[in-house]
Amino acid sequence: MNDKPAILELRNVNKSFGPIDVLHDISLRVRAGEVLCLLGDNGAGKSTLIKTLAGVHKPTSGQILMDGHPVTFTGPSDAQGRGIATVHQFGGTFPLMSIGRSFFVGVEPTKGWGPFKIYDRKRANEIAVKAVRDFGITRIDDGDRLVGGLSGGERQSLAIARAVYFGARVLILDEPTAALGVKQASHVLRIVNEAKKRGLAVIFITHQVMHAMAVGDHFAVLIRGAIAADFRRGEKSREEITDLMAGGETMADLEAQVEGYLETHEGHPPSLQVLEGPTAH
Amino acid sequence: MAHPVTSTSIPAPGRRQSALALGRLARRPESGSFLGMVAVLLFFGVFGGSSFLSAAGTASWLNIASEIGIIALPIGLLMIAGELDISVGAVIPAASLTAAIVSGHYGLPDWLGITAALGLGLAVGFLNGLLVTKTTIPSLIITIGTMFGTMGLTLGLTVKIAGSTGVSLVPNPFPKAILGDYLGGMFQVTILWWVVFVIGLFWLLHVSPIGNWIYALGGDKESARNVGIPTKRLTIGLFMLSGFSAAFVGVSEVMVYQSAQVLAGQSFIFNSIMCVVIGGVLLTGGFGSIVGIVFGTLTFSIVNQGIYFTSLDPNVGSVIIGALLLVAVLTNDTFRQLALNYSSKRGGRS
Repeated sequence: MNDKPAILELRNVNKSFGPIDVLHDISLRVRAGEVLCLLGDNGAGKSTLIKTLAGVHKPTSGQILMDGHPVTFTGPSDAQGRGIATVHQFGGTFPLMSIGRSFFVGVEPTKGWGPFKIYDRKRANEIAVKAVRDFGITRIDDGDRLVGGLSGGERQSLAIARAVYFGARVLILDEPTAALGVKQASHVLRIVNEAKKRGLAVIFITHQVMHAMAVGDHFAVLIRGAIAADFRRGEKSREEITDLMAGGETMADLEAQVEGYLETHEGHPPSLQVLEGPTAH
Repeated sequence: MAHPVTSTSIPAPGRRQSALALGRLARRPESGSFLGMVAVLLFFGVFGGSSFLSAAGTASWLNIASEIGIIALPIGLLMIAGELDISVGAVIPAASLTAAIVSGHYGLPDWLGITAALGLGLAVGFLNGLLVTKTTIPSLIITIGTMFGTMGLTLGLTVKIAGSTGVSLVPNPFPKAILGDYLGGMFQVTILWWVVFVIGLFWLLHVSPIGNWIYALGGDKESARNVGIPTKRLTIGLFMLSGFSAAFVGVSEVMVYQSAQVLAGQSFIFNSIMCVVIGGVLLTGGFGSIVGIVFGTLTFSIVNQGIYFTSLDPNVGSVIIGALLLVAVLTNDTFRQLALNYSSKRGGRS
């Protein structure tokens, strides 16, 4: 897998807002069919990094490369046009809009011509429902349902399915599991794996180490705007990752538990009830 | 809920079942306001007697409804998009006086006065939209500011130009006929214009793809911008629409009454917002419908005028409207919750 060129790569990217340096010398790469986990505590610069990747911010210096070629995003829609999709914590969707409408927001399917183009509700609903069901969320069968009536995991799934439908090659998931319960989080992790299987490059931002370990191929730990560690799955022991993230004696115990759990549960993330403790976040 | 069938057999996506039709209807944003309208219609039909139900009685509330309705529609769109517009209260008299001064005081052609008045409405709307998109000040504050600005300028300039706070205008037969006449001697032609506005804005909100942008804007402005919706242009456009509609009502008022007063139109501010809220539009944006706003406007106008047909003290009308507003918000919340929770009881997991 190492010989494949990265879909998205950052080279020595710096970002500062006026006198405040937020990102220092960030170099990252993510390939097709690979999940890159960005770990970092609150305030580590994760959101600025995401916004830089998504075209909201321009790097102060350094390069962004797609498929090996340097690119400059003129704005979020430019980045989206090149296949970079961001899914935010709450799915980035509109709770009081129907599934079909929110799925196609901004790019509504129309029928008719000229100034008499009308929103094609039936087609929007059909496509949206099919896209979500293809990801294994079979509970969704009516595109007229309001998004706000879905569970947190279903909303995330809808947002990911939407991104994939619109041709995303790089999926940036901003804390997708942070606000979710145990079952819902494992839903989302399953969908992340599904997206990976379909050949997407996934950047998975989280501060929940367990969730990262369940799906990640490659890890980067962000501390105060700089990459404190960058390694592939297996290159560092779990103790080292967690020490980097939180550093603490209790983590070792927790790790032992998780290790046992993962081995007996075919790599599924452990339930938080097992793990709930001072280090859950 | 009455749809156990769908949970066992998975229907083809998008196919409707007639058994669901009633439940579907109850989840629409206008359901609450429809029930409210039927309730007040029955109430005043019974207590207002035959004169309320006569043509003249109907005309009395339909005339009121048409003027508020033309303003309530774009206010409703703005509210769905998460904004408010208070300045309509000042644009109505400003437009009336512009038309009266241009065509009455200076004696220029009627079409010029009408164009100037409508242009003024668009300009105030543009200014509102520009200020809302360029600053982070809430639109409530901005439009209160532009309302006072417009009011002050209207008063100052009118006194300076015409020497009084009222200007008269005798329109030619044609503009009078299409904007300020009575059909059958009692129904204002404004009612037909209201129907035109309803059809046009129904198209905009529910049929054209732009409607989806308006909902998205009110649902989550940040996400709406991120998906590539031209949020600033859309916001400015919606404010211009409400400025235009207020100016339109101002013009038709001057055509009907043949004179314009500086202090007219204040009542429209709260009345239009009330019609919109009674009509099921969520004050914080993202939810509502044109049909709901129409029901809300009719409900408001029936109470507003119907009270005169009963033996009740007319002041009771205000109390009823106040109570109605609270009940409307409560029922609309209930219906919205129904819409959100629907089918979460199925219990199946993916």
